[in-house]
Amino acid sequence: MSAPRFNPRGVFAIFASEMARTRRTLLQSVATPVLTTALYFVVFGSAIGSRMQEIGGVAYGAFIVPGLIMLSLLTTSIVNASIGIYFPKFTGTIYEILSAPLSAIEVVVGYVGASTAKSVVIGLIILATAAFFTPLDIDHPFMMALFLVLTAFTFSLFGFIIGVWAKTFEQLNFVPALVVTPLTFLGGAFYSIDMLPPFWRTVSLFNPVVYLISGFRWSFHGSGDVPLAASLGFMTGVIGLCLGALVWIFRTGYRLKP
Amino acid sequence: MSIISIAGVGKTYGKFTALHDVDLQIERGEIFALLGPNGAGKTTLISIVCGAVSMTRGAVTIDGADILRDYRVTRRKIGLVPQEIALDIFATVWSTVSFSRALFGKPADKAYIERLLRDLALWDKRDSKIIELSGGMKRRVMIAKALAHEPSILFLDEPTAGVDVELRRDMWGLVRRLRESGVTIILTTHYIEEAEEMADRVGIMKSGALVLVDEKRALMRKLGKRRLVLTLAEPLAAPPPSLAGWPVEIEQDGRHIAYTISDDAEKGAAQIIQRLGEAGVHIKDMAMSESSLEQIFVDLVGAAA
Repeated sequence: MSAPRFNPRGVFAIFASEMARTRRTLLQSVATPVLTTALYFVVFGSAIGSRMQEIGGVAYGAFIVPGLIMLSLLTTSIVNASIGIYFPKFTGTIYEILSAPLSAIEVVVGYVGASTAKSVVIGLIILATAAFFTPLDIDHPFMMALFLVLTAFTFSLFGFIIGVWAKTFEQLNFVPALVVTPLTFLGGAFYSIDMLPPFWRTVSLFNPVVYLISGFRWSFHGSGDVPLAASLGFMTGVIGLCLGALVWIFRTGYRLKP
Repeated sequence: MSIISIAGVGKTYGKFTALHDVDLQIERGEIFALLGPNGAGKTTLISIVCGAVSMTRGAVTIDGADILRDYRVTRRKIGLVPQEIALDIFATVWSTVSFSRALFGKPADKAYIERLLRDLALWDKRDSKIIELSGGMKRRVMIAKALAHEPSILFLDEPTAGVDVELRRDMWGLVRRLRESGVTIILTTHYIEEAEEMADRVGIMKSGALVLVDEKRALMRKLGKRRLVLTLAEPLAAPPPSLAGWPVEIEQDGRHIAYTISDDAEKGAAQIIQRLGEAGVHIKDMAMSESSLEQIFVDLVGAAA
């Protein structure tokens, strides 16, 4: 029985439809993170940062840029991907995705690909916004781009899983609002964990976001709180866990296909 | 070869069995109506064939291709209109129908989508958002989406539930036109009138089991009843002795005598009239009634309960 082995039009249809949804909510999708970042720079970069010393030879305004980008990137990736798959479940339009000639991988590529693309664009917009407030030197631009894409991809995968798991809008917001944001604030977005007392520094090493911010900061300034290999290893581990969870979801049909 | 072959398909949710090992063959080009009360398993069965629900056991083939192993082939041939209206309310008619076509791997074809929207009286609304449409129009958009990839099989799950009479007639017209163009149609309904009006064959489901499948006309012939009701000039307390053993009943305080017509050539309508005349019973009026598919359905579902 002859059959196409891949359905690129179907994947692109999901991708384009998700991007169209962002265009419909442009103010919420783009303006909000840009405004939030600008406010952070005004408060922490200019008002408070001007009274702070350099951290590791980097001006405080420039020091917080990787953390601020990460803060938006993590929440945006999770929210975009989780709403992407939760919304069809909520409205019932998921029937069309489930009955289309698409493999599980193609469905994930469509939704997670769109979420990753949107998050990377937002990350770049925040980077451009930061450049208005502080001079930016990026020591390792290729690695910076790699971290940006990998983080957006990883947390879009995670967001997709949350979207499948969530039964209510409240559950959908639970992880980004009550887990990711606090972990990012406590993960060295605005400080180096080296500035903490030894006990809290050790506790911080159990915070996964430390590894993301540290690696991203290394790509900017050439130094981070933890070794680069630890950051990359952490990212690879999370991607592996997310892919494992997705394989299980599609094999069992968990909250997606009765 | 049947276009759809369903063999031993069952579905259980924990301890609850939603579908009991269903066997069914759907022939190419026919309109097949799946009847049954709510919760009978109609939607579960068609959702399994379309890929939206996993089966617990059994096998389904479309044109000989297995729906699990060859899902890319089989799903391209199927269009599904679900019972509930499920649409992205912020999308436009044109974009949502085009999305459906692309989702099924078909290249963009503006001329086809235009023809489809014109056929469904949606062309003037092509740039309108779904949220701006009436309920009837939304239902037509659902049909347009199901037909966007030019399927050869169309599943309509309760297509006219909650729609007005005019739209129902329009839908029936559309279904007939689709069949004329070679599309095989499977519809679930609990409007017996709908099945009676359109179906070639009927399947009746009850509590997750397919209790009967037959051609509609054969079903009505086999299970349908024709009754001759005679209005008498003078009331009768009991049928005359010459009609002993005949399937007759006295009704309306003796003013009517009702006779269920059988295939027995010796006990036809003419004979009963003749015997009544010989017994001195004067007939004032007569009326013939035929049981509808609805009565057959109620009898069958009641008997299976």
